[in-house]
Amino acid sequence: MKKLRYAGVLTAVALALTGCGGEKVGADKPAAAGKDCGTFNLTVSPWVGYEANAAVVSYVATKDLGCKVVEKNLKEEIAWQGFSTGEVDVNLENWGHEDLKQKYITDDKVAVEAGSTGVKGVIGWYVPPWMAKQYPDITDWKSLNKYAGLFKTSESGGKGQLLDGDPSYVTNDEALVKNLSLNYKVVQSGSETALIQAFRDAEKNKKPLLAYFYEPQWFFNEVKLVKINLPAYKTGCDAVPAKVACDYPPYDLDKIVSKKFADSGSPAYDLVKNFKWTNEDQNAVARMIAVDKLTPDAAAEKWVKDNQSTVNTWLGK
Amino acid sequence: MASITGSVEIEVRRPRRSVVVGVVLVVWVAAYFVLRGIDTLVLGGQETTALHRWLNDHRDDVGQGNVFFDAIRIAVDHFVVLLQNLVSQPSFDRPVPAIGWLGVVAISAYCAWAFGNWKVAVLTAAGLGFVGVQGLWQESMDTLALTVAAVLLSLLVAIPLGIWAGLSDRAFKVATLVLDLMQTLPTFVYLAPLTLFFAIGPAAATIATLIYAAPPAVRLTAHAIRSVPPESVEAARSLGSTRGQTLTKVLLPMSRSTVVVGINQTIMAALSMVTVAALIDAPGLGQTVLKALQTLDVGVAFNAGLAIVVLAIVLDRVTTAAGDRPWRTANRRRRILLAAGGVGVLVAVWFSRTYVWAAEFPSQIGIGSQIAKVASDVTNWVQDVFGGFTYGVRDAVTNGLLNPLEALLTGSPWWLVTVVVVALAAVLGGWRGAVPAAVCLGLLVATGVWQDSMVTLASTLLATVVVVAVGLALGVWAGRNRRVDVWIRPVLDAGQTMPPFVYLVPFLALFGTSRFTAIAAAVVFAVPVTTKIVADGIKAVPVATVEAANSVGSSSWQVISKVQLPVARRAITLAVNQGLIYVLSMVVVGGLVGAGALGYDVAAGFAQSELYGKGLAAGLAIVLLGVMLDRITQAAARRTQNFPSRGDKQ
Repeated sequence: MKKLRYAGVLTAVALALTGCGGEKVGADKPAAAGKDCGTFNLTVSPWVGYEANAAVVSYVATKDLGCKVVEKNLKEEIAWQGFSTGEVDVNLENWGHEDLKQKYITDDKVAVEAGSTGVKGVIGWYVPPWMAKQYPDITDWKSLNKYAGLFKTSESGGKGQLLDGDPSYVTNDEALVKNLSLNYKVVQSGSETALIQAFRDAEKNKKPLLAYFYEPQWFFNEVKLVKINLPAYKTGCDAVPAKVACDYPPYDLDKIVSKKFADSGSPAYDLVKNFKWTNEDQNAVARMIAVDKLTPDAAAEKWVKDNQSTVNTWLGK
Repeated sequence: MASITGSVEIEVRRPRRSVVVGVVLVVWVAAYFVLRGIDTLVLGGQETTALHRWLNDHRDDVGQGNVFFDAIRIAVDHFVVLLQNLVSQPSFDRPVPAIGWLGVVAISAYCAWAFGNWKVAVLTAAGLGFVGVQGLWQESMDTLALTVAAVLLSLLVAIPLGIWAGLSDRAFKVATLVLDLMQTLPTFVYLAPLTLFFAIGPAAATIATLIYAAPPAVRLTAHAIRSVPPESVEAARSLGSTRGQTLTKVLLPMSRSTVVVGINQTIMAALSMVTVAALIDAPGLGQTVLKALQTLDVGVAFNAGLAIVVLAIVLDRVTTAAGDRPWRTANRRRRILLAAGGVGVLVAVWFSRTYVWAAEFPSQIGIGSQIAKVASDVTNWVQDVFGGFTYGVRDAVTNGLLNPLEALLTGSPWWLVTVVVVALAAVLGGWRGAVPAAVCLGLLVATGVWQDSMVTLASTLLATVVVVAVGLALGVWAGRNRRVDVWIRPVLDAGQTMPPFVYLVPFLALFGTSRFTAIAAAVVFAVPVTTKIVADGIKAVPVATVEAANSVGSSSWQVISKVQLPVARRAITLAVNQGLIYVLSMVVVGGLVGAGALGYDVAAGFAQSELYGKGLAAGLAIVLLGVMLDRITQAAARRTQNFPSRGDKQ
């Protein structure tokens, strides 16, 4: 008993001694930087390319404009909902979603478009590079039936397997397979994680794989997937979903902001509106985040330092 | 006398029932070859039915701006933010939380000691120190704040409901159905609408967690109250106690330890929701896991998952110790010690508010990156070494078992499947099995996702059989051997709370994107709960019974099969039921690794607005499958329980 108490007292004394030498909380309080920019809510969709956009914009908004940026990690659908409930102000990379634009921009008038991000999105069917090398004609869709046997798996019921991805993305693959009379079965992988893992395994162990994928994507820094040429896209060829027999359209990835934010006159809105870069720029930042394991903020800082002139045009300098 | 007639009936019934089951199955297979491909109710990936479109149109009907929901949202938001301000987020105009890490560790260890014992206090301090050293202090505290909020609110609702369901038979029946719904309806189905009612933020995340986590507490409270011996209640009544007195003086004290098990399971369930809640911006470890997975960084995801497991183990052991602690007032010595400890805690809190080293967890002793590195190295090694072999296993199981079963279920006309299942339910469980089966199958047809339901049913059946087999083996082993039990528990806890997202990547590498991968993930998730319940059941078999069997020279195998398993049958029924429910609650996760079918439909409904209705219908289909299988197994078990087992006869 006594020993215990002594031990307690001794520990307390020891703690007091070490503690009093330490730095006090709030000693180096930074001066609060708050100009007229205020706060805005930025949704962060779950892919690295988006994170690159978000990192750079919030770095510039915080450092140059003195805004407070509240980042919210949300799936796309929920972010769109956020425009109507006032919890999301800015979406920095939107992939099409004509139905949601119709609902939230045209019908409910709670969101507005804020122009292109300059990044071009591509959706299509891809094979790992080793296959393109070994079977050079595989990139033409007409020869896909010839190779269908290669792509058979336990899931594809005797046909070739076409692996589809994250349900968030638009897909016409079932219709495409039917309308191009391909001897393939669409198998849902269900997530981007599953797709990337499948490609990684396919390239490493030289396994055949045909799958739905998209650019820009950080994974291209690791494996340069090769796109299959489907019948070329022409405006209107995808009008009726069940009858699609052509490639996916090129996507111009754009920005969406809430109506409230657009009308607020905040300098942050001008920044978001002027923000425009290229696939290479986004890839560079995404690479730093995904491969070099930098924090988004550090990656953004590095990129901004090297590209000050681009940033200046966003700021209207 | 009773036992003699009982065994006679068994001799007559047993063979007849299995013969009938066999005949039904043979007829089914024969009919399948004739009727295959007719009326299979196929629905393509992007196709919807009128019901799905109707659900789509009415999604926003219970929208925001409702005074009732707003009141709940504001109250819950304030509560969670208060907890976050206390332990995780910079608050009250200071750059650090109100209580720094030293204060949190001191308070937690003190509480663990005061309510439990000194062993769990040491464990608490060590556990919290460990997550700090992992470099995840703030994330862990965010997760802890959210979990504590969700658990407290769950208990606020669940304990009174559980007591009510324990006292009233009618409430019990309704509650069972609602709880089945809450536990099997995939979270993805209500995650998006929840953000509409409760906005994006802590409230929606807490309430999503609450819906999933509250059922075990209700179930076990009701179960505890119902199993208090009627004699005790009678005695209290005859001594003139009022209803209220009987409840507070007899029923509640006598059911305390089971209620604590319920609280325990609620905590586990809440922690297993951490990653899912992160999809609607719940702060904490879930975010770390999801971010790491975007770049397939298994190591970092594992590190965060490990922190969740550590928190789970600490909370589990503390609540268990608190439940086991005899209810008595502290003696003088303990009171003095408690007071002294309290002063120490106050000093620690003061330090953590004053000095930076006690406020922010020192970052120079981080082992998080080493853990991450080791984890990814191990995964890579396993993938490289076992990669080919595992693909072989997958193909063998898929082609040998899964594909034939699935072909039988999906290829037969829907009415044939319905007739067969209802017939089997009737043979195995009587009308108690047949009626729910018929109702559920009818509703399944109405959901419009019949074909997908049958695909999911095939995988679910296979996964459940594996879960029960493995769970029984492990459970018997752990139930008979204390040392095994001590070693196996943390592994089971890890299986239950490690976010499935963490092991999906290695599983994908080992088995590719396939239904088999989904089955494997479901098995990992469901085996722990089955094992735990079986082990508890085996341990509860009276020592005298086992001794008696041993003394007449029975072998271990005889003791297990003739004594322990039959006596623990009630626990085994519960274990099968929970194993099944846990398998079903992984259907959506399975959809993310290639299982397709209902899981994929639900995930797609969460991601694409035009598929919302279909996702909701698929979610309901999962619930229907769960209710149907549960009712059939319960009815079958009830039927066998009416007769003394063969073990008793010898």
